Amino acid sequence: MIETLRVGFARGLIEFRHTLTNAQDLWGYFFPSFGLLITLFFMGDATVPGTDFSLGASTLPSSLGMLVAFGGLITIAQYLIVDREDGTLLRAKATPHGMNGYLIGKVVSTGGMTLASLLIVLVPGIFLVDGIEFDAGGILTLLWLLPLAVVATVPIGASIGSFFDNPRSFGLIMLPLFGLVAISGIFYPIAAMPGWLQAIAQIFPIYWLGLGMRSAFLPGGFAAVELGDSWRHFETFGVLAVWAVAGLLLAPVLLRRMARRESGSAVAARRERALNSMVR
Amino acid sequence: MTGALEAGPQVPPAERVIDVRDLRMRYGTKDVLTGVSFAARRGEVLALLGPNGAGKTTTIEILEGFRVRSSGEVNVLGADPAGAGEAWRARLGVVLQSWRDHGKWRVRELLGHLGMYYRRYSTEAKPRPWPVDDLLDVVGLTAAAEVRIHRLSGGQRRRLDVAIGIVGRPDVLFLDEPTVGFDPEARREFHDLVHRLTDVDDTTVLLTTHDLDEAEKLADRILVLSGGRIIADGSADELSRRVAGESEIRWTRDGQRFVHSAANPTPFVRELLLQHGDDVTELEVRRNSLEDTYMRLVHDFEGGRK
Repeated sequence: MIETLRVGFARGLIEFRHTLTNAQDLWGYFFPSFGLLITLFFMGDATVPGTDFSLGASTLPSSLGMLVAFGGLITIAQYLIVDREDGTLLRAKATPHGMNGYLIGKVVSTGGMTLASLLIVLVPGIFLVDGIEFDAGGILTLLWLLPLAVVATVPIGASIGSFFDNPRSFGLIMLPLFGLVAISGIFYPIAAMPGWLQAIAQIFPIYWLGLGMRSAFLPGGFAAVELGDSWRHFETFGVLAVWAVAGLLLAPVLLRRMARRESGSAVAARRERALNSMVR
Repeated sequence: MTGALEAGPQVPPAERVIDVRDLRMRYGTKDVLTGVSFAARRGEVLALLGPNGAGKTTTIEILEGFRVRSSGEVNVLGADPAGAGEAWRARLGVVLQSWRDHGKWRVRELLGHLGMYYRRYSTEAKPRPWPVDDLLDVVGLTAAAEVRIHRLSGGQRRRLDVAIGIVGRPDVLFLDEPTVGFDPEARREFHDLVHRLTDVDDTTVLLTTHDLDEAEKLADRILVLSGGRIIADGSADELSRRVAGESEIRWTRDGQRFVHSAANPTPFVRELLLQHGDDVTELEVRRNSLEDTYMRLVHDFEGGRK
């Protein structure tokens, strides 16, 4: 087990390094971060409707929550789909403990990149907006929130990824996710949404990750604009924990099913399909 | 006649590294394998020949543990591939037909990394993994060690596939059409490599190929798979002797080239020499080539089924 962790970790670090030295990958990771920074810049002096709280100050931590959710849900799913098509996963399967090493490596490399993309938004963001307050309480919140965020999203992302075996059908995942972001109070306060949308948003982890991040980076007074006039740490923990448990129950089953189906001829068939769709 | 061939050479049970009995595979209503039986001993090189769709890849994937069979008994290195664990996997080498995986990795980086998975399975008799520099040397990729994989040529990439297959110093190595896309030189080097593996490490090798010449050069034994069964099992020489065929006799007389086919060339050649004596030059007698034998076997079998 320790040996697998070590090998998986080594794999993650190698992949992390590859991403950091590859312009195209860097762009893919950091493009959303730049987009967010530009959004924050243009929010300027706008305030949360009905209050005099800065909209930018509220959006900055919310978008950090969104980046964490994207890192855990989308990036892992995307990697699984692409790596399945090109045979990376089959190689892992042909290696002793290779699948575990692969998955640990993915968590390390995407975790590292997600952290990097957070910092890229956070550090300049603090200078762009007024009202961010990050104290000991905030650090404490991050200490339980971030690990929980990983466990609540990565297994779900991996489960999603194990369902699709064609990278070109990935839009099917992205669209509903963007819809979810729109109603999750990331860019616009959820309190201004109709009740039924609030209910839907509160089922999924994105809202809670945004809320948790706001609670870590905003002064206590900001809680007044949240649903229930509180940061609702207890509920945040509860919902994310349910997602974590669901993911941890689901992912091993789905990943095993996916791994079982990998074979040379399965990869060859996908290659055939990919080459055909390129020609068309 | 195929009945006589089916039995094949007997491998004593104690020496069987691969043991397949009455293997059957059915996809939906289509039977792909209808009772495949064969065995391989330690250090032996087996070539699996057969027309497209005969079930070669299915067979090899079942032995690799990548596919679950419908029925039959399969034993590889003392375990059933369908339920064997990671320690079993560590003794196995699989050469995959790669496409574009690990494109950003450098050759040495990937071999070094994949080797790490085999460290815990190192034994005194067989230190694992294969040291990267030696391995690069063996497959002729030393000069490309620091190249990113997506920049390799097709031949280099296949050699890397082979290197990945043997990085854990396997006891059994599976190769599915290993030399597709090789130029003649790369093919020759690959053949030398396989010989070295079996000589030095006593590795058992099972390969599929369409290249009869390759099968003849590499394999100790050839299995011909057709219609979901093994229709012949033996060395190239044995197979051609078992298949009744015509030999080809070529000679030159008075500056003219002659060709004649005969089921039994001996009386024909004796007659020829009696008649013309030393006028006959450049005399050649060629028995069935493996290609003739193979065509004949597959054709007879398919004809017999209709």
